[in-house]
Amino acid sequence: MLQYIARRVLMMIPTIIVVSIISFVIIQLPPGDWLTTYVANLEAEGELVEEDTLAALRSRYGLGQPIHVQYLKWVRGLLRGDFGYSFAWNAPVANLIWDRLLLTVVMSVSTLFVTWIIAFPVGIYSAVRKYSIVDYVVTALGFLGMAVPNFLLALVLMVIAFAWFNQSVGGLFSPDFIDAPWNWARVWDLIKHLWIPVAILGTSGTAGLIRVMRANLLDELNKPYVVTARAKGLRESRLLLRYPVRVALNPFISTIGWTLPALVSGSTVTATVLNLPSTGPILLQALTSQDMYLAGSFILMLSILTVIGTLISDILLAWLDPRIRFG
Amino acid sequence: MSTSLNREPTDAAVSMTALAGSAGEEERIYVATQWQLIWWRFRRHKVAMIGGVVTVLMYLVAIIAEFLAPFPVEAYSAKYLYAPPQRLYLFDREDGLRLNPHVFGYTSTVDAIAFRRTFEVDESQKIPIRFFVQGEPYKLLGLIPGTVRLFGPVDKTQPMFLLGADRIGHDVLSRIIYGTRISMSIGLVGVIISLTLGILLGGISGYYGGRADAIIQRIIEFIRSIPTIPLWMGLGAALPVDWPPLRIYFGITVILSLVGWTGLARVVRGRFLSLREEDFVMAAQLYGAGEMRIILRHMLPSFMSHIIASITLAIPRMILAETSLSFLGLGLRPPIVSWGVLLKESQNVRAVYSAPWLLTPALAVVFAVLAFNFLGDGLRDAADPYSR
Repeated sequence: MLQYIARRVLMMIPTIIVVSIISFVIIQLPPGDWLTTYVANLEAEGELVEEDTLAALRSRYGLGQPIHVQYLKWVRGLLRGDFGYSFAWNAPVANLIWDRLLLTVVMSVSTLFVTWIIAFPVGIYSAVRKYSIVDYVVTALGFLGMAVPNFLLALVLMVIAFAWFNQSVGGLFSPDFIDAPWNWARVWDLIKHLWIPVAILGTSGTAGLIRVMRANLLDELNKPYVVTARAKGLRESRLLLRYPVRVALNPFISTIGWTLPALVSGSTVTATVLNLPSTGPILLQALTSQDMYLAGSFILMLSILTVIGTLISDILLAWLDPRIRFG
Repeated sequence: MSTSLNREPTDAAVSMTALAGSAGEEERIYVATQWQLIWWRFRRHKVAMIGGVVTVLMYLVAIIAEFLAPFPVEAYSAKYLYAPPQRLYLFDREDGLRLNPHVFGYTSTVDAIAFRRTFEVDESQKIPIRFFVQGEPYKLLGLIPGTVRLFGPVDKTQPMFLLGADRIGHDVLSRIIYGTRISMSIGLVGVIISLTLGILLGGISGYYGGRADAIIQRIIEFIRSIPTIPLWMGLGAALPVDWPPLRIYFGITVILSLVGWTGLARVVRGRFLSLREEDFVMAAQLYGAGEMRIILRHMLPSFMSHIIASITLAIPRMILAETSLSFLGLGLRPPIVSWGVLLKESQNVRAVYSAPWLLTPALAVVFAVLAFNFLGDGLRDAADPYSR
């Protein structure tokens, strides 16, 4: 097991390097170097830029030097926790991203769990009572859930809340708590606001997972060992949960690998519509205003987080299913 | 074509008899090509059939959009900003019941405080609507000139907003119809690019195996582990603002395909891996057939159906991705009209609240995605006519 984990962690390293290169390319993609744009913007506002500051920034980020030198300088900064400078916010990127990343992680992970809690019993029921009314309803809802884009759901929910309850559903905190330090009251406030984005994000994932669970369980239900257990006189509910469901559970763990990137993707769009204080809106804003260090850092960190999430799911899966460990 | 028929024909016949109808048609099954078997199986899948018909109809709409849309894409009238949808009346009740499709005009009052127009239905203004009316001249697909439009107001200067008007006074219905062209084709073009990459890389991976396989599999795993939307957003934002619309369109399609090919590559690889061991491939090899001939002549036909099914399931994902990106303002931009671009108008909750008809392009998206998913599901089930 330890060997497997070590191998898996080693495999992660090249992935993270490639992710960092891609993020760097995204930072570099807009035409011209950002410093020139920055100076032009400042001068347009009538502010003077001191030559010294400019020279310091230029050498700090290696501007004007070959591209690989710039990349290495950027990576060296990252390792020290220096993510660069956000010109739109006039603050170091490191000060801006952690809170928002944390909220994104909280949102994605809680969605993941909610998805499981709903998909698990519904999937089992749908498989055991195949072609029942509930099964048809679930299948229909599943297809709908996959076809409706997240942002549409967010918009509709917001309009309903606005029209009928006359309240705004945007944000993750009540006004009193927006700038408050972290404490239990603030966490509780977060939980009270979290359910809307979680419901929006969870729809398509739940729909997909129910389908997977149903299909897997249907495959298992026809296997001889189920018949044997039934012939032995095992109670149906016990039989079900003990054997086939356990085998069919694998997708819950193994799909984290692609559920997590999808959740992070989805939360970016949803958060933008709902204007949540997570990564979505600020990433969009950074991209449209070409605040590239901020945007690049977000893309990098989101990718690294999903890579770590995938790693955790792989380890869990190997722990649950020895066939993978030794395969 | 029916290469796998030499595999347990009796079993296949037993399961196929039920498909083809009466038992007397068993003969037909033995001589049927694989495509016929797939078609028989697919035909039984009612929902998939409906999905298929809807998909074909939507592409038809995309092709003859100019003829179907009552107004040109850029037509607007400043008098009818945010005009609500009109109700379509089929019958005239004034002097007895007779068929006379019409809508009523608007009277508008400007609210001086909110700076908004409010619209009232004006029952005195009857605007008759007919099929095949003379409308603004157009060029079908930019080639064939014409003036006849499928339906519209008899007097083309009179307002007809069956799905309301937007911020600038465009007819939402017309623009949804034009948007079909971009939204439906972006999925198709994107899938063609992904398919080329997918078949090439997946084929190499599956046919040669070994180190090439390992490297390609790593790349696929890597791409699948990055959250796509942030990546797309980054690349979409990097497209130069001064690019002409057509280039932006292709830029976005290429960006979407960069991620989309992985799924198709996996399908191709899996098929190659399993087919490589089949007897008929070995037979072809022993017969001295070249590598390309084995791949193209013997292997490709037997997994073509799977690829078609995967493509059908990949297109809706592309459509959804384009819609999300354009909605955020990082995908296609006006003057290109796609469903996502139209939905960008409804980004603001207040706009949606006061003009909910701006969300109607989303219905088109949901409709298209559902149709593709049903079709793809049916095709996937039918793709292997020998399974149970």
